[in-house]
Amino acid sequence: MTTLTDLSMAEARDGLRARKYSAKELAEAHVAAVERIKPLNAFITATPERALAAAAEADRRLARGEERAMEGLPLAIKDLFCTEGVLTTAASHILDGFKPPYESTVTANLWRAGALMLGKANLDEFAMGSSNMTSHYGPVESPWRRKGDNRALVPGGSSGGSAAAVAARAALGATGTDTGGSIRQPAAFCGIVGMKPTYGRCSRWGIVAFASSLDQAGPLTRNVRDAAIMLGAMAGHDPKDSTSVDTPVPDYEMALTGDIRGLRIGIPREYRMDGMNPEIERLWEQGKAWLRDAGAEPVDISLPHTKYALPTYYIVAPAEASSNLARYDGVRYGLRVPGRTLDEMYENTRAAGFGKEVRRRVMIGTYVLSAGYYDAYYNKARQIRTLIARDFDRAFKVCDAILTPTAPSAAFALGEKMDDPIAMYLNDVFTVPASLAGLPAISVPAGLSGDGLPLGLHLIGRAFDEAGVLKIAHVLERAADFRARP
Amino acid sequence: MALDKAAVRKIARLARIRVAEEELDGLAVELSNILTFVEQLGEVDTAGVEPMTSVVAMTLPRRADAVTDGNTADKVLVNAPEGTGNFFAVPKVVE
Repeated sequence: MTTLTDLSMAEARDGLRARKYSAKELAEAHVAAVERIKPLNAFITATPERALAAAAEADRRLARGEERAMEGLPLAIKDLFCTEGVLTTAASHILDGFKPPYESTVTANLWRAGALMLGKANLDEFAMGSSNMTSHYGPVESPWRRKGDNRALVPGGSSGGSAAAVAARAALGATGTDTGGSIRQPAAFCGIVGMKPTYGRCSRWGIVAFASSLDQAGPLTRNVRDAAIMLGAMAGHDPKDSTSVDTPVPDYEMALTGDIRGLRIGIPREYRMDGMNPEIERLWEQGKAWLRDAGAEPVDISLPHTKYALPTYYIVAPAEASSNLARYDGVRYGLRVPGRTLDEMYENTRAAGFGKEVRRRVMIGTYVLSAGYYDAYYNKARQIRTLIARDFDRAFKVCDAILTPTAPSAAFALGEKMDDPIAMYLNDVFTVPASLAGLPAISVPAGLSGDGLPLGLHLIGRAFDEAGVLKIAHVLERAADFRARP
Repeated sequence: MALDKAAVRKIARLARIRVAEEELDGLAVELSNILTFVEQLGEVDTAGVEPMTSVVAMTLPRRADAVTDGNTADKVLVNAPEGTGNFFAVPKVVE
């Protein structure tokens, strides 16, 4: 007998419609699970009353046969999405006490589809990090442990609380945001599915901004079908975000046909890096074999500017962050630390309110945008971003999707890699290029490392071809048959 | 490029973040390491390449220049650390 928290989103949806259990029972089981996983620190704010109230409404709708696409399904919401009247922190001290008087478009879409909120999930401060170590509210622990080693591991980041909550069976799914890998890398570390859609597919309105030309919201779920269901509810045109694209959202679940015969899967030679972890390389080879066995055709491709993606990202993202985070000045919301003058008040507030990684990135961004350096750094990076996007355009003339590993290693221990920012940045080496090119990409759990930790494979698709990416991911998932649990 | 203490002090000032004098040396090393890392972009020939402005090929939509909301001063001020009447309050800027 499976417990209600072990169900997939699709199973829970079908079970609710078949009256096997009520939305109230499903919500209560998850509220209890959120309480049970408190030691992981996956949530900054739990909202059990809100979840139970929404479940009561879901039961009324189900009774009337008026259920919506995600009726009664309990979710964790990354605490970067503004939720009306509910504390929204971005895991930063500087947003102390901030209760938005408005709701982000993506969460509003989810509530309109009938989903309910269990709480606000922990993250790296302002989504800047790959370990969830930079949160003002303390690190999140992964529910996973290495074989024979009880040391706490990171869940990845920045959507670390979201990934940990879903992997630990405390939520059926969670929202994340991905700027350079912040959905896909934690999904890989926690053994779940994480998808970053095409830039423009989900509205950014009401999401605390990090790097606006890269930020995209997406789902973290325990399987590909659930990702399809949840993305369908999150996505859609929004006039309040001028970069939101006005194009129809297909039925992503319908795309999961299992038939990938004849599709060409690009294997980029530049992703095979010197000193690559042999476990990761083997898994990548295995993934290629699985897709070939399913009738797809692997083809060698070249993405020549791959090695420049990370340095490009570490100019573009901090530059945008330094502009976006200028709004935290102690005047309109959050923390204020007094000063004798207005400038002193700004400087004191921002010194106290930002953590070390955020301060580092704001300062780098300020520098690369400053007079005399703008062309040498920021414009150069934007030019190389054009070249990286062109690499993908060329590759997609000869292939339909691209297969790579998600991350260069399995999860590491809490506190590791904290001394060297660049070692931490390398976590995103395989995910950043697709971010710079705005392309849809997904991480699928595909195997275990020698010490028993999940490893992910990563598929990148053409712009707005989330359906194609999900279809291939679904086949990969079936072949990998990943059943390990934390 | 190696940043010195004076450069870091200037960046901190531009970013409006107070940095204690004893932190400047450490930050100079950290920021210089990151700059050295990103400077490998100098190897790439970008002559004649257009800097990316939009990652998705689209023209920005237009809308009517019309007032669509307003009279929500209470909502706007609800999170302010200090407000007075319908205004945000800040330290005195004019003598």
